Amino acid sequence: MAAYVARRLLGAIPLVLGIATIIFFVVNLAPGDPTALYFNQNVPPEVLEQIRRNFGLDQPLLVRYWKWLTSFFTGDFGYSFAHSRPVADIILETLGPTLILAGCTLVLIFAAGIATGVIQAVRQHRPADRILSITSLFFYSMPSFWLGLMLMLLLSLKAHEWGLPFALPPTGMTSVDYEFLSFGGKLADRATHLVLPVLTLSLVMAAGIARYTRGQMLEVIHQDYIRTARAKGLPGRTVVLKHALRNSLLPVITLLGLYMPLLFSGSVFVEVIFSWPGMGRVIVDAIFQRDYPLVMATSFIFALVVVLGSLVADILYAVADPRIRYD
Amino acid sequence: MSELPVADVLAAEPDEETTLPPSKGDSDLGGRTLEEVDPGDALVHVRGLKKHFPLRGGFLSRIQGHVKAVDGVTFWVGKGETLGLVGESGSGKSTTGRAILRLIEPTEGTVVFAGQDVTAMDAEDLQALRRQAQIIFQDPFASLNPRMTVGDAIREVLKVHGLARGEGADARVRELLRLVGLRPEYASRYPHEFSGGQRQRIGIARALSVEPEFIVCDEPVSALDVSVQAQVVNLLEELQQRLGLAFLFIAHDLSVVEHVSDRVAVMYLGRIVETADAEQLTRSPKHPYTRALLSAVPVPEPGRKRERIVLPGDVPSPIDPPSGCPFHPRCPHPLKDQDCARTVPPLAEKAPGQFAACIKEPAYVAPTGS
Amino acid sequence: MALLEVRDLRTYFHTEGGVAKAVDGVSFHVERGEVLGIVGESGCGKSVTSLSVMGLVSEPGRIEEGSSITYDGRELTTLSEKEMRGIRGNDIAMIFQEPMTSLNPVFPVGDQISEALRLHRGLKKKEARGRAIELLQLVGIPVPERRVDEYPHQLSGGMRQRVMIAMALANEPDVLIADEPTTALDVTIQAQILELLDELRERLGMAIVLITHDLGVVAEVCDRVVVMYAGQVVEEGPVGDIFGRPSHPYTQGLLAAVPRPDRREGTLAVIPGTVPPPTNWPTGCRFHDRCPYAWDLTREKMPPLFDLGGDHRSRCWLVEHPERREEVERTRPVFTGGAAQ
Repeated sequence: MAAYVARRLLGAIPLVLGIATIIFFVVNLAPGDPTALYFNQNVPPEVLEQIRRNFGLDQPLLVRYWKWLTSFFTGDFGYSFAHSRPVADIILETLGPTLILAGCTLVLIFAAGIATGVIQAVRQHRPADRILSITSLFFYSMPSFWLGLMLMLLLSLKAHEWGLPFALPPTGMTSVDYEFLSFGGKLADRATHLVLPVLTLSLVMAAGIARYTRGQMLEVIHQDYIRTARAKGLPGRTVVLKHALRNSLLPVITLLGLYMPLLFSGSVFVEVIFSWPGMGRVIVDAIFQRDYPLVMATSFIFALVVVLGSLVADILYAVADPRIRYD
Repeated sequence: MSELPVADVLAAEPDEETTLPPSKGDSDLGGRTLEEVDPGDALVHVRGLKKHFPLRGGFLSRIQGHVKAVDGVTFWVGKGETLGLVGESGSGKSTTGRAILRLIEPTEGTVVFAGQDVTAMDAEDLQALRRQAQIIFQDPFASLNPRMTVGDAIREVLKVHGLARGEGADARVRELLRLVGLRPEYASRYPHEFSGGQRQRIGIARALSVEPEFIVCDEPVSALDVSVQAQVVNLLEELQQRLGLAFLFIAHDLSVVEHVSDRVAVMYLGRIVETADAEQLTRSPKHPYTRALLSAVPVPEPGRKRERIVLPGDVPSPIDPPSGCPFHPRCPHPLKDQDCARTVPPLAEKAPGQFAACIKEPAYVAPTGS
Repeated sequence: MALLEVRDLRTYFHTEGGVAKAVDGVSFHVERGEVLGIVGESGCGKSVTSLSVMGLVSEPGRIEEGSSITYDGRELTTLSEKEMRGIRGNDIAMIFQEPMTSLNPVFPVGDQISEALRLHRGLKKKEARGRAIELLQLVGIPVPERRVDEYPHQLSGGMRQRVMIAMALANEPDVLIADEPTTALDVTIQAQILELLDELRERLGMAIVLITHDLGVVAEVCDRVVVMYAGQVVEEGPVGDIFGRPSHPYTQGLLAAVPRPDRREGTLAVIPGTVPPPTNWPTGCRFHDRCPYAWDLTREKMPPLFDLGGDHRSRCWLVEHPERREEVERTRPVFTGGAAQ
């Protein structure tokens, strides 16, 4: 097992290096450069040239690449043009909120998705299955940004108007009076702020997992070993929740790796819509400002998390399925 | 129930380090071996065929060993003759069938087909070989494209080999279907519309479309019910007589193999342990494995409770086969001793034309001058 | 009263393509310590019969009104699912054809055996494990204390079937239903398993219902035989009668179609055609379209199970019309060669 994990980790190194390289060239070969930000009629060309030299943009591409790569892997992510701050500081500040958002979403989509899938499979072709199927399909085919806006409208902005007993905070991670709340109040405040972004991000993906789990369960339920379990006289609930579920979940684990990229790309627009102070929002701003160091660093962090996620999924799979050989 | 003693013979899986009686020095290694026999003008002559699959593992996925699926097999099939190849799962019988047609690449050994060395053939020669040597499988359904009518499937083969086109091809399809006992109008039907036996007939028709001389039948009736099995077996025999085909008939069911074959070779762990004329093999088997195999076949005759030889344990893994005679850990031979674990038994002549790989069976030495 | 008695069992599958009468009026019984063989080709309803006894027929299958299955005097068809669960795996246990797929791949085999013990006997985890080791030993698995923690994929096919048997025997059932228990196994391993079943029956005195298509297996281990065709019993009787004096043409055809290592004949006997689909059984005698003796009567009227004496019964009009047999056999050979469709 240890050898397996070690081999997978070693295998990830060239992958990460490759990703870093691609990010660098994609960003640097894109038209336009950071000086565009300073470009106006009042800035003389010499000054622009000076700015370019300050940022090191006058050097050949390959030299810049090598410098960037070496400093990057020693933990020096460079200096943000737009924020005039070290990139590392910005990332440290915004990574936390993004991970909270993504983590909560991850837990929710798997919990809700699997539960829905199981219920549907057990009640196949009955009303419960039909209703859940239609609901899943509805969310599955919904454009997420629109869903986010609708949820915000329904559960927050117009909530009182439409007679709901509560209204969720529409944006941000904390309320204005956050500093004055008790510890419990702080927790509750953060939780309520999480609801809308997490819900927006989750509904689409949970629907996907539900559909997949349902399919897996239905396949497993017809396996010979399920018949064996029933022949032992086990009650239906044990047969489903022990014998069928464990086997159905094996392929669902692989979804963990597949959903990682979706999760982070999804968080980008969710953070923008709900003004969530995370990395996704930073990335969008950085792109518009042609803030190369920041774009490269944040993209890389996202990629790294995705790679790690897939790695964790593979290892989990190996742990959960005794048939996978570790050597 | 709990205080019952261990089930006796069944529990006796052999120890990993079998403690055998000391060598008695009675091992008889005389007699001609199969390799020394000149089969004359056999259609297919396989010599020392091996197929080892590499086994990877460890940190760097290095080759850590080999699965010796086929480990030095020699046999021949004459024109119009049927050689039966029997063995249990893992004996390497199917791998052998595929390796001689180069559907998988043999590791070692030679296969001579109609005077040509198959192992040395290039792609073009192989294409030509496929017109003379064909294979039919246990599950013909799996090898038929579900979206292609039966007629199209056969026409495709005819086209690939440049045998017939257009009207000619249609006529040939009808003829082939009639030949295997199907109605010609079935040509426009899809594979799923047929029963297991009919599908096997289609598989046979497709193999026959190139007018081969030799067909490898890989478990052709194993998945069929008794009554349908009999239909297909009879069809194969009838076609053999009419078209002068040679068969390599691979199966795990000794009674079927014995019925269809002129000669039989019994495989165990990648090697042939006994080969002889089919009738002789069943009447007086020389290898203890063949004896056990024969005694284990249930016979539909209730009164006749024969002495069943129940072999202990399972077939060992071909990754790490036992030393010496591969059968020795399960062997019930009364003379078994340490020699069996040390000597790899040659496939030696034990009776005229009957070869068995057992050092504890007396050899047959042909009278001098004959 | 028999230990297990099935009377007029009808299990139908109500599908969109029509009603599939998989089992259509089957009756048989098994006594304590007896081995009853149920033979027939695929599609004749033998597996559905066994699943019906276990109460494991799944949608859209249904045991029809008027069917009766009694175990030890108790009617099983009217029991609630909960009551039936108390019988399943406890009084009546079952082993299946595919040992490769019949064990759950993600749990150690010991746990899968213990499960049945903890369920029906209320044993504690540790006790159940100890008992599982004993059971593994009983079915001849070497080093059971190590095997008990292994997963199914670590065992060979023969070993897995032994595990299945151990699991079925866990609660010392009175009836063991074995559905093609050796079909997927090699012939030398089949010999081991048959020997084991026979030995266990002798020691534990349970009744065994052995479902198989292999007449050789039946001849070697069964006391009585039920031959099924197209959802019905076509012949039944003591094993000696069925093999010695088979009465139904289907039984005769099956017997003649088996190649025998000790008897090299020319071509094998053939029953023309295949088993018809269960949604559309032929009228009259269901075998008539494949029967060499068929005549008007057999095409129109379904024969009853005629009593031949000595517990031997046959569903064939030839019992009442023996002259027809002679008439046909005089004109042409019956059940001899040919690859006819």
